[in-house]
Amino acid sequence: MSELVNKSQRAIARKGVVKSRKMKKQKSLWWMYLPALIVVSVFIIYPFLSGIRVSFTDWNGFSQTKNWVGLEQYKRMFQDSDTWLVVKNTLLYGIGSTIFQNVIGLLYALLLNKSIRLKSLTRTIIYLPVIISPLVMGYIWYFFFAYQGGALNDVLMLLGLDKINALGNPDVNPWIIVFVNTYQFVGIAMIIYLAGLQSISKDFYEAADIDGASVFQKFKTITLPLLMPAITINVVLNIIGGLKLFDVILALTGGGPGNASQSMSTFMYSLYFSRQDAGYAATQGVLMAFIVLTFSLLALVYFKRKEVDA
Amino acid sequence: MKNRERKSRRFFTIVAIVVTLFHLIPFYILITTSLKASNDFSSKWSLPSSVHFENFSKAWEQASLGNAFINTAIITAGAALLLIVFGSLAAYPLARMNTKLNKFVYFLFIAIMIVPPLTALVPLYQMVVDMGMMNTHEIAILNNMAAFLPLTIFLYAGFIRSTIPKELEEAAKIDGASTLKIFFKIVFPLLKPITATVLIISCVFIWNDYQFAIFFLQDESVQTLTVALAGFFGQNQSNLNLVASAAIMSMLPMTILFLFLQKYFVAGLSSGSVKG
Repeated sequence: MSELVNKSQRAIARKGVVKSRKMKKQKSLWWMYLPALIVVSVFIIYPFLSGIRVSFTDWNGFSQTKNWVGLEQYKRMFQDSDTWLVVKNTLLYGIGSTIFQNVIGLLYALLLNKSIRLKSLTRTIIYLPVIISPLVMGYIWYFFFAYQGGALNDVLMLLGLDKINALGNPDVNPWIIVFVNTYQFVGIAMIIYLAGLQSISKDFYEAADIDGASVFQKFKTITLPLLMPAITINVVLNIIGGLKLFDVILALTGGGPGNASQSMSTFMYSLYFSRQDAGYAATQGVLMAFIVLTFSLLALVYFKRKEVDA
Repeated sequence: MKNRERKSRRFFTIVAIVVTLFHLIPFYILITTSLKASNDFSSKWSLPSSVHFENFSKAWEQASLGNAFINTAIITAGAALLLIVFGSLAAYPLARMNTKLNKFVYFLFIAIMIVPPLTALVPLYQMVVDMGMMNTHEIAILNNMAAFLPLTIFLYAGFIRSTIPKELEEAAKIDGASTLKIFFKIVFPLLKPITATVLIISCVFIWNDYQFAIFFLQDESVQTLTVALAGFFGQNQSNLNLVASAAIMSMLPMTILFLFLQKYFVAGLSSGSVKG
């Protein structure tokens, strides 16, 4: 009897193999993705690759002549103290926003996963900022942090404290940018965590209750491991988003004072458009692509490994 | 036990209310600022002593928002439509035909998601100038489309793999239907939920685009809302009431769209994590 079952199972499995081989023989239907492939090739892949070529020249961005200078721009980049400042800021924006968005987003998701009143209203208000342009979001928070007439200084003065120039202070303003970015996009992390929480079966918690597990034990041994796919996607999304930060910086500080709050994106932009240093801007672009790729891949591999099968 | 549950429910409701109020602060400040007179130097926390709706009409005219709205709408609608057609068309074979070539192309699209669009800025700018496409709607449409195609293909391919049964297509194939006919007559209508998601996510992000707009749409006749706002902010640092009014008007269409289509927006954002 069992032999019969085995046999028929094997037959079914074989059929599956035959079927998948047939699928492989099928045409690629490449013409269906050709238009999409052409668009990304022309507007992303080609410019990205030729950017690498420009990074070896001293091109100023408008003249006809491009002189090949070899590794000159790269040497310049690694000796430029601005490079390190800007890389440091970019990493702060990327990693700082990622930590805050995930910790706070997860706390919000845990809160809204409970049976409480006003749940959907709270959820809507938390993720409403996601749909507002980061530039406008920057202006809104400018009203809050501005030195003259800002909402924050009104409170400080009411408390009898000194006004602070938060946006003009190079030690503080990169953190304000992290804060605003977190405020704006914490809603995405929250939604993804909520979806993850809702996919965890209640049976696990009931079994743990019978074993007398504490709230913290349940969180550590059930919730967190089963939430790993959501953590992976959130961390990778937030790292990519944070490292690319652009609009909100221009709106809040314009990258200043000096280059104090500049990210790699805004730095590249000012090198090209304000300082006519296109070759050098392209070199910074190569470094930025390298950093974003490295960090997002590291995060992807690290968190993918931690995922378990439910 | 019942009592304890009610107590914890009340506690967490209060926490939720505090969180909500905190998240409302910037909106409160934005709205009250937009309604105050320009010579009203009261605290940003206080309500306007008299309401000044004329800030909105003034800002509308001074920032030429009407023109900016039309430009933004053309670019957003154009890019979103092309994204849906080319994105769904591309996702179908990538989800269904597992050839080596297709696997490589799919990987390529996903890898592009990680590349920051700005790293291609320098040659892209030169290319756009050479093609004579500076300050045209077309270039903004194409750039935004290129930037969002990978995500669109990723969402469509995931949806096709996990929810569309192959049997339907196979039956149609036996009846002798062409691939394109099968796609548009059978597959595409079934993609409605994910099309709604793609539509709303791409509309929101393209409507808010500033990076491409600031590089390629500098002429006033083609400038989008974000560019108009940035210029307006630069000129009106002392009259933030007008800036606030303009900001509110610029975000209104997407806010309304979002409140109506919330369901799809949430589904789209969370679909990635559920599928892993």
